[in-house]
Amino acid sequence: MADLSIRIHNLELKNPVLTASGTFGYGLEFDDFFDVSQLGGIVVKGTTIHPRQGNAYPRMAETASGMLNSVGLQNRGAKYFATDIYPKLTKYNTNILVNVSGSTIEEYIACAEIINELDHIAGIELNISCPNVKEGGMAFGTSCASIDAVVSAVREVYHKTMVVKLSPNVTNIGELARAAECSGADSISLINTLLGMAINAETRKPVLATITGGLSGPAIKPIALRMVWEVAKAVKVPLIGMGGIMNSTDAIEFFLAGASAIEVGTANYIDPLSSLKIIEGIDAYLNRHNFNNLKDIVGSLHL
Amino acid sequence: MRKTVQELKVISSQRLNDDHQLLQLEASKPLETINPGQFANLLVDNSPSVFLRRPFSIYSVDYSLNTISVYIKVIGEGTRKLAKTEVGTFLNVMYPLGNSFTIPEGKERVLLVGGGSGVASLMGLAQVLKMKSNDVSILIGARSSADLVELEQFSKYCSVYTTTEDGTAGVKGYVTDHPLFGEELNGFTRIYSCGPEPMMRAVALKAHLKSIFCEVSLENTMACGFGVCLCCITETTQGHKCVCTDGPVFNINQLRWLI
Repeated sequence: MADLSIRIHNLELKNPVLTASGTFGYGLEFDDFFDVSQLGGIVVKGTTIHPRQGNAYPRMAETASGMLNSVGLQNRGAKYFATDIYPKLTKYNTNILVNVSGSTIEEYIACAEIINELDHIAGIELNISCPNVKEGGMAFGTSCASIDAVVSAVREVYHKTMVVKLSPNVTNIGELARAAECSGADSISLINTLLGMAINAETRKPVLATITGGLSGPAIKPIALRMVWEVAKAVKVPLIGMGGIMNSTDAIEFFLAGASAIEVGTANYIDPLSSLKIIEGIDAYLNRHNFNNLKDIVGSLHL
Repeated sequence: MRKTVQELKVISSQRLNDDHQLLQLEASKPLETINPGQFANLLVDNSPSVFLRRPFSIYSVDYSLNTISVYIKVIGEGTRKLAKTEVGTFLNVMYPLGNSFTIPEGKERVLLVGGGSGVASLMGLAQVLKMKSNDVSILIGARSSADLVELEQFSKYCSVYTTTEDGTAGVKGYVTDHPLFGEELNGFTRIYSCGPEPMMRAVALKAHLKSIFCEVSLENTMACGFGVCLCCITETTQGHKCVCTDGPVFNINQLRWLI
């Protein structure tokens, strides 16, 4: 058994596998399938200060090796999370992060302040990359100035580990990662979904009610790997990589590109046990290649 | 009723008509309890073009043999591949998913209304309703007589009535054109329906006008099937609800259908 533990700022992860926001509910939905405390961490559903109904149906389109979604941050708000969901999560012995989003900087701050009071929440993942909301979301994540504004503002009120989740819908991800780091990000996670579109030729209509949505799944893995690679060269903070990770080989590729940890997303829909299988597979890989420690392969791509 | 993912062996595959296949699947250990209206999410082959699972109503359950059956209507590539699954091979199945129909204590006059592959979710319901001494009838609507399948199976548990759009069997027209939907709805006290949404909306309107208890089973596009992707939502009086976990069965009074 290799040492799979890894540190992301103040988070001590027992292994580098987390689950991506919006694909794992609050973890509770997986209790029937396995003990989620075995994971390195859980990033729970995107939370906003006010309840959000999300977008209209249809919200999903299956595409080649992936899917588009346009959920639009449906959630019952930070106060509901704190009073009704959070008490159920304290049973888990793993790092729980809350994905925090908003339409304005004030909303991000208000949401982060509520989450900051919850002892059992180890950190937040600041979502400046949701492509499915009309205001805020991705708009904050596509320029250095707006990243600086929102990350610095939340940094002032949030005192535990703050991961900033970047959007891939940009031209120079390294520059934006640097902006997040300079503004106080303790870690950077990437990538969120890529903006995409599906059309039904028979009806001559878009498949999604919102016309466009976020693409996830194996289709985006090459882009995610390239972006993790670029960001690894641009910043010093640890990276959490994601984008189309379906198995442990995919995960290893992200470590080689420079990620210290990974998030499993769309794979959770297809096999709820995938994150667990990925942990086992990472261990098997390290043993097979005679590494005692996961840290030995992070950023170790042979060029 | 714990959700589980299991490899189930295909022990029979029966062609019902041009586009319907009945697969019987066997578990190697005792089945989880499955209630009428619940569904299973089947992994096709994880190929690039069929990436997600496909949800199907559970048509029948046999706890003594550890078998379930699913009724597959061939619509696209995923269902075409599933319909061709060979006997002896295994399918990765997530089940039991979703809520279930509300079962009355007994002595009610119950009408089941099914259309297309929607009839699949009504078989288990018919069995349980009959067992609880309800007076059960089923009305199945189809385009043509060739689309009416498994009528004999239903006749074990209920009186069977049919409509076809082309008049090749039963009453010509839609289900709501059938005399069962005449004045006073023939004394029915409950209606359950599963099928194409326009059909269910028409049935719901009839039930609503006579203030009869009515539940419908919805089929929305879903990515996960267990309440985490939030893609399969429907509008309800309490906001967006997931068809996979808050449903698939909804009382018509919960839905924001214009009836």
